Amino acid sequence: MGISIRPIIDDKLWLLLLLSAALLSACGDSAWNDPYPGDDKHRNTIYSSFTERPKHLDPVRAYSANEYVFIAQIYEPLLQYHFLKRPYELVPLGAAEVPKARYYDDQGNRLPEDADNERIAVSQYEISIKPGMRYQPHPALAQDEAGGYLYHSLGEDVISVVNTLADFPRTGSREVTAADYVYQIKRLAHPPLHSPIAGIMGDSIEGFSQFGEASDLAYEQLKQSNGIGKDWLDLRLFDLKGVEVLDRYRFRVSLRGKYPQFVYWLAMPFFSPMPWEAEAFYSQPGLGERNISLNWYPLGSGSFMLEENNPNLRMVLAKNPNFHGERYPTTGEAGDQEAGLLDDAEKPLPFIEKASYSLEKESIPYWNKFLQGYYDTSGISSDSFDQAVQFSAQGELGLTEDMKEKGIQLQTAVTTSIFYLGFNMADPVVGGDSDRSRHLRRAISIAMDFEEYISIFNNGRGVAAQGPIPPGIFGNRSGNEGINPYVYDLKNGKPRRKGLEVAKQLMVQAGYSNGIDEATGKPLILYYDTTSSGPDGKARLNWMRKQFTKLGIQLVIRASDYNRFQEKMRKGTGQVFMWGWNADYPDPENFLFMLYGPNSKIDHGGENAANYENSEFDALFVKMKNMENGPERQRTIDEMVEILRRDAPWAWGFFPKAFSLYHDWYKNVKPNLMANNTLKYKRIDPVVRDQKRRDWNPPIVWPILLLFIALVASAIPAVRVFRQRERSAAR
Amino acid sequence: MTAYIIRRILYAIPILLGVNILTFVLFFVVNSPDDMARMNLGAKRVSPEAVENWKRERGYDLPLLYNQSATGTGQFTDTIFFQKSLKLFRFDFGSSDSGRDIGYDISQRMWPSLAIALPVLMVGLLLNITFALLIAFFRATYIDFWGVVLCVVMMSISGLFYIIGGQYLISKLMHLVPISGYDTGLGSIKFLILPVIVGVIGGIGAGTRWYRTLFLEEINKDYVRTARAKGLSETRVLFRHVLKNAMIPILTGVVVVLPLLFMGSLITESFFGIPGLGSYTIDAINRQDFAIVRAMVFLGSVLYILGLIMTDISYTIVDPRVRLS
Repeated sequence: MGISIRPIIDDKLWLLLLLSAALLSACGDSAWNDPYPGDDKHRNTIYSSFTERPKHLDPVRAYSANEYVFIAQIYEPLLQYHFLKRPYELVPLGAAEVPKARYYDDQGNRLPEDADNERIAVSQYEISIKPGMRYQPHPALAQDEAGGYLYHSLGEDVISVVNTLADFPRTGSREVTAADYVYQIKRLAHPPLHSPIAGIMGDSIEGFSQFGEASDLAYEQLKQSNGIGKDWLDLRLFDLKGVEVLDRYRFRVSLRGKYPQFVYWLAMPFFSPMPWEAEAFYSQPGLGERNISLNWYPLGSGSFMLEENNPNLRMVLAKNPNFHGERYPTTGEAGDQEAGLLDDAEKPLPFIEKASYSLEKESIPYWNKFLQGYYDTSGISSDSFDQAVQFSAQGELGLTEDMKEKGIQLQTAVTTSIFYLGFNMADPVVGGDSDRSRHLRRAISIAMDFEEYISIFNNGRGVAAQGPIPPGIFGNRSGNEGINPYVYDLKNGKPRRKGLEVAKQLMVQAGYSNGIDEATGKPLILYYDTTSSGPDGKARLNWMRKQFTKLGIQLVIRASDYNRFQEKMRKGTGQVFMWGWNADYPDPENFLFMLYGPNSKIDHGGENAANYENSEFDALFVKMKNMENGPERQRTIDEMVEILRRDAPWAWGFFPKAFSLYHDWYKNVKPNLMANNTLKYKRIDPVVRDQKRRDWNPPIVWPILLLFIALVASAIPAVRVFRQRERSAAR
Repeated sequence: MTAYIIRRILYAIPILLGVNILTFVLFFVVNSPDDMARMNLGAKRVSPEAVENWKRERGYDLPLLYNQSATGTGQFTDTIFFQKSLKLFRFDFGSSDSGRDIGYDISQRMWPSLAIALPVLMVGLLLNITFALLIAFFRATYIDFWGVVLCVVMMSISGLFYIIGGQYLISKLMHLVPISGYDTGLGSIKFLILPVIVGVIGGIGAGTRWYRTLFLEEINKDYVRTARAKGLSETRVLFRHVLKNAMIPILTGVVVVLPLLFMGSLITESFFGIPGLGSYTIDAINRQDFAIVRAMVFLGSVLYILGLIMTDISYTIVDPRVRLS
């Protein structure tokens, strides 16, 4: 008995299928897998992502890279780093010019610029800001005809219907004044705002700590007396001795002693202008409960403003219509012209209209969307490294053919950060100033083959460190002069790690011949504290064990979570550990301070996790810290680095190398590891991007139809059996 | 029945209290208030004073469970546990440790979770029952054998494989839908197609096999034999009698998970970039945000208890022999 397939796929079903396909293809002229709305495709928008919701968007608190991605585009600190020039150079942003310090003795007498550090009691920076800078449109600044603020006294009925800032129909703006910068510095000092740099600024700015105490006390009183109402403390009412407004466009900052690194802080969002109106507006009861706070809705004067703030889905920056204007730099370093980095010289910034950041937690979808053209740039995760990058027979790094075909380009840069293996100098075995422990640390430093580590675990993305200062930072020595003679030999003009026999000889000198403690006759056991876990961590830890085993040392791994790890570091109960540091600013002080005695973690809670203390080094550090870059400072740094290499409180680890990929429609790409506000320099070609997206993503429907036919065909015998059973008598 | 429901709700109070204590103890065994403060204040340049200030402002400077320095009831009420937990019973989740309103975040994030979970449940249920009936119909044939083998293979494969495989095949190779992302309103449909397909396919193996077992159990019962003896066709037997009776365990199994659909799926939401509740708790644990962890565990417990009560009620609806007392 034959069976027709007509009842299964009748004409209506075919019609439905065709209609569905037609509907899908009629969804728009963009690709089916385009994750963005149809009207976005020709827009001058950069597409990127964020993996984790930023914790703080208030410049008084924000201090991490995932926060700076946003706020560095929104807020305008006084200074910024030149986009193209290297070494990194500070140029004005909110300020009219880079301020210079004036020095005074303890009697208030002006001192010359080259005055001895000991004589300098006060450094003063008189800062002029650019006139005409205006804030982004914002309801906090909206005023009525009489000059009163429209939204500073909101009733419960209004607040109850507000969900985002866009719910306020009117916005306003005003000019940025010197008082706004001063207000923000006062916010840094106000303890309830928890600025991470309050401590370091308290050590420098005159009257900073006293201001904090006074404002904190007043704030407590305000909260107690006004439990239900606003808890905004108007910081304008309190004087901060070291910071004073001179006129509408000028203010002065007075520091205790000499602190040349202060200007670098002025390039961070901590020193952005903040209108008092912002705090007055956001402090209204009820807004915080609706997540409408300064921490989530910034108010800045920068080139962009936060147009959409949905940290669970998407953050969108849009061009600030009130941006005062800035132009693309006209000069750079050698090679920039040839690389096309000066093609946009003198053109007004920013080039793009929007930057859309989508929440993308996993690297695989991100990578695939980058390859489809839906993200403009990408890093390279370990999973996709081989797909993106290959080494030639000569060992040179390059893109794979697939990447080249798509026009993708690669940019690499050694980062201004370091990963190091630290020895706890307070530990009786690996620490201390004795020759025994010094030999032991040096032996381990030689045995730790960081070149191998970089190759295995970082896909070659890193440079073994010869000292604490990364390339690109003043004080770093390159070439022969930069080699650490205690760990490396110079062979054929290149550093070569010393042989294991040298390390073993050092072990003998340390009293641990073949890893056996001469005093006890027992094997030397060291403890390595780490937060590594999981399969990746296991491979790393096995490698680590292997390095110590080369010297006969038994390494015991003490894995814990980051909380416990930090606690061990604070209490000094760790022995050997690995940690890292990312530079705040491009000055050697920001790396050498991690080995300065008074910064030790155990005694002072500082960043010197190795608890290294050497009076000679400390004295040189104090001297170096206050010097201007120049031959004398370089000599001092050389002396300091030599002391460190000799004492080996760290095995120097490595400087990671950042690899980034970008499409050919993405212009003006130059790694700038200190600047965070580089979005304004970026330019894209949306027409080329749209065309390539379509070329790369044509919908392929035939497998679906094939699958459907296969299913139908396979169902035919089943249908036949079914019918037979239906017609047969019940069993 | 009303008395029964009230009694069950009253039973829930000590259970929720116990869950709260357990969450509290487990959280603070791993994290101290100092750790939480340091995590919130950032990794760099955190001073001990800032840590103390942070704890004081958020009430984490109190003892955990028992306050020796207080008197009377204050020994129990002036503690972190009491201060932080009592509001939960009023469904006042408060603010996260980073300052965001938890209730608002939950209300925003539960809808995307539901937008995936509900179609996966409904379509999955329909497909699984269809396949299970088909296999049961062809019991003891090659279709049954290979159907079960396929189910075992499918249920043995990790859910992550389906996700990555689905993204690779449907989005990367065939370019039919976006790999990941989300949008609001109707714009969300194209982002939901792939996770729903993946969710449904990923659940077919276990679902079909489980329902097949239920159907086969029913098929061997006396009333089915009687129906066949009366000359009913196999289709009528399956759809009119077997399916109806097998629906009791199926329905109760579905009802119990209904309230939990809001809670989302961690892996699916992470890989598809869906801003649901699935990753909310895990993110909070990673950020050591006790306020969110506590709220989400409490909410999960409440929804689970609600699911159990709904299951009991559904028993009485689908099986008239069951009476709640």
